[in-house]
Amino acid sequence: MIDIPLNSRYAIYAIFALLLTASATRLWLQYRHPGKDYTELRQRIQSWWWMIGILLVMLLASVTIAIAFFGFMSFLALKEFFSIVPTRQADRRVLFWAYVAIPLQYYWIATDWYGMFIVFIPVYVFLLLPMRAVLIGETQGFIQALGTAHWAVMLCVFCLSHVAYLMALPVQNAAAGYIGPVLYLLFITQFNDVCQYIWGKLLGRHKIIPKVSPKKTWEGFIGGFLTVTLVSGFVAPWLTSLSRSEGFIAGAFLAVAGFIGDVVISSVKRDLRIKDSGTLIPGHGGILDRIDSLIYTAPLFFHYLRYLHY
Amino acid sequence: MSEVKPLSLVLKLLFFGLIVKPLVFVGLGLNIFHRERLPPRGPAILAANHNSHLDTMVLMSLYPLTQVRRVRPVAAADYFLANRVLAWFALNVIGIIPLKRERSAAGRSLFDECHRALDAGDILIVFPEGSRGAPEQIGELKRGVHHLLKGRDKVVLTPIALYGLGRALPKNEALLVPFNCDVVIGEPLAPMQDSEAFMQRMKQVLEELLRSCITRRGE
Repeated sequence: MIDIPLNSRYAIYAIFALLLTASATRLWLQYRHPGKDYTELRQRIQSWWWMIGILLVMLLASVTIAIAFFGFMSFLALKEFFSIVPTRQADRRVLFWAYVAIPLQYYWIATDWYGMFIVFIPVYVFLLLPMRAVLIGETQGFIQALGTAHWAVMLCVFCLSHVAYLMALPVQNAAAGYIGPVLYLLFITQFNDVCQYIWGKLLGRHKIIPKVSPKKTWEGFIGGFLTVTLVSGFVAPWLTSLSRSEGFIAGAFLAVAGFIGDVVISSVKRDLRIKDSGTLIPGHGGILDRIDSLIYTAPLFFHYLRYLHY
Repeated sequence: MSEVKPLSLVLKLLFFGLIVKPLVFVGLGLNIFHRERLPPRGPAILAANHNSHLDTMVLMSLYPLTQVRRVRPVAAADYFLANRVLAWFALNVIGIIPLKRERSAAGRSLFDECHRALDAGDILIVFPEGSRGAPEQIGELKRGVHHLLKGRDKVVLTPIALYGLGRALPKNEALLVPFNCDVVIGEPLAPMQDSEAFMQRMKQVLEELLRSCITRRGE
């Protein structure tokens, strides 16, 4: 591996160690219970290898390539969102312009134009998309159609693009490099998902919101919250410019935000009576199923970091 | 196998490899259900509902590049052979089997080329609705497919429901808007004596398949 700052390199080793542990555990389970069907677990772990492999190649290639890669993720997420929610045939051209917002938003990031990045979607896209719809002139279902389009663009483009902006910020922790904060955010977000799941499996009894997500329990949430807060604090000074105590706080709100992101997308799917948002990632479902928590953690982490250190 | 000229074959591979497949799998994105039911080789007929020019591209993309030349869409001669450029492209690059829709054409010879392709082991794509019709609705099914199957016991007919392509690129629109689309492949349809009953059964199956689409449940 060439030119990867030391701390980020160790982080990458650690991630691969976790993946190997997961694969080894799966093989061991299969060996212990030969009759049981572990297809879904196998697909899930295999997909993790692919996702992490592709992500790391893109992150390490260059800042610009990494930013473009997250732009592509926004495209896949937005497409998936527009495909599962009901849209009117008349809105095709409105949705087309929503897609056009993606390259622009990521262009502002690549050129480090923070002012434009932060107002473009909440102000310009927000005000102009309805105008395109008005020109088409279909007023039946207008409110719902525009509400859906705006919400989709905010979640899939605006919120998600904050991940990419982490890489456009000047590097403060030279031992971690530009990928340090991104690795931190992605790792803590996914680690939170896994911890809440595992604590829930081990101890889960009291359901939080049975109507939305029957598997979410207080035990899982609190167990995940404590584990993630602790780990975030110790990892923060290593990969970001946050101090240890700032890292504890980051971990605490990332755990809560990740949980909210997860159940918000769950509510969307429940409303539509579907289990997964797509079939893109074997064993996981669609892209929205995978990045649901990231949509919430990315902007919160970015603005916390930026407020404290930039 | 139907004969394909080398130049056409190169163009076909380039067109499908560099344009059609990226467009279908990245620009659109497919949720494919029951892929294992897709007949891997001919003679076979794929019968799908029809809402967009993309329907043909999606069905052909289900096959690997090495197989693409064996997948032949049966398409209206009056539309696709209307001018020389389109005709050359449709016949050589896409590899359509032109079908004359006018009533004057003699019944039996109508399907001659289709039968020849089936006998050569090709996979035919047919749209029993005849034309693309209103977005995302199944129109009345024409009986041509029934005649196509007559006396050919080895040919399997696989119904396939497509959903979302009429949103991505409907009739009379040139702007493609990206949407994930559903492809639900059904069990082979058993042949029947009565053409009317057969078409009714096919419509019923297509409507059942459509119900398992992800992108449709919200409606």
